[in-house]
Amino acid sequence: MSETIKKFMYLNRRAPYGTIYAWESLEVVLIGAAFDQDVSLAFLDDGVYQLVKGQDTSGVDMKNFSPTYQALGDYDVTKLYVEKESLEERGLTLEDLMPLTYEDEDDDWAEKDSIRLVSRAEIADIMDEQDVLFSF
Amino acid sequence: MSTLHTVNKSPFEKSSLESCLGYAKAGSAVLMYEDAVYGAIKGTAIADKIAAADGVKFFVLGADLKARGVAEDKVAAGIEIVDYSAFVNMAVENDKVQAWV
Repeated sequence: MSETIKKFMYLNRRAPYGTIYAWESLEVVLIGAAFDQDVSLAFLDDGVYQLVKGQDTSGVDMKNFSPTYQALGDYDVTKLYVEKESLEERGLTLEDLMPLTYEDEDDDWAEKDSIRLVSRAEIADIMDEQDVLFSF
Repeated sequence: MSTLHTVNKSPFEKSSLESCLGYAKAGSAVLMYEDAVYGAIKGTAIADKIAAADGVKFFVLGADLKARGVAEDKVAAGIEIVDYSAFVNMAVENDKVQAWV
């Protein structure tokens, strides 16, 4: 096995409950987290809806998987890029999203925000730097 | 003839809500459910198009809003929040249902 660490990015572009994509992405991210790669997640287009706070699926007979995003930090998945333009087009702001944090082991376990608000142009640059892109 | 139009896809991913708006006549009703509930949020480009649809009544399914974390105060004025039994009643009371799947 090569020791090379690759940059893996998961692209999330779908809303959470109308299709299975969002949940499947989360499952693959959690499985992939075991392989010690440089993992990041991008939320753009309808994917930004996955992180909206206050989801309550009790009335629709589906599992509310949104609390699972809180666990990503414990799996060293700490870079969640959220696209500013996608939020704005949907009438959303950062305040509408769940606060997601991780503890930085290189900084005395200081609690830091996992969500990074970035522009479309910045996301394009970050995507360009990746070795592998997974699309959901 | 009264028609209930139903839409279940996000207006930001698919054009079905916008197509529906182009065909819904005055006196008809449009019900947004599943991912289409995102179309009911105020302050978006699609909200302006809904507001411009004269004589068409708009409804959104409350359980699907709640599932997606969309608070009721985020819903645009003029869109009524309904439950499943109201959905059924609307399907019965209108002459037909046109599903924009």
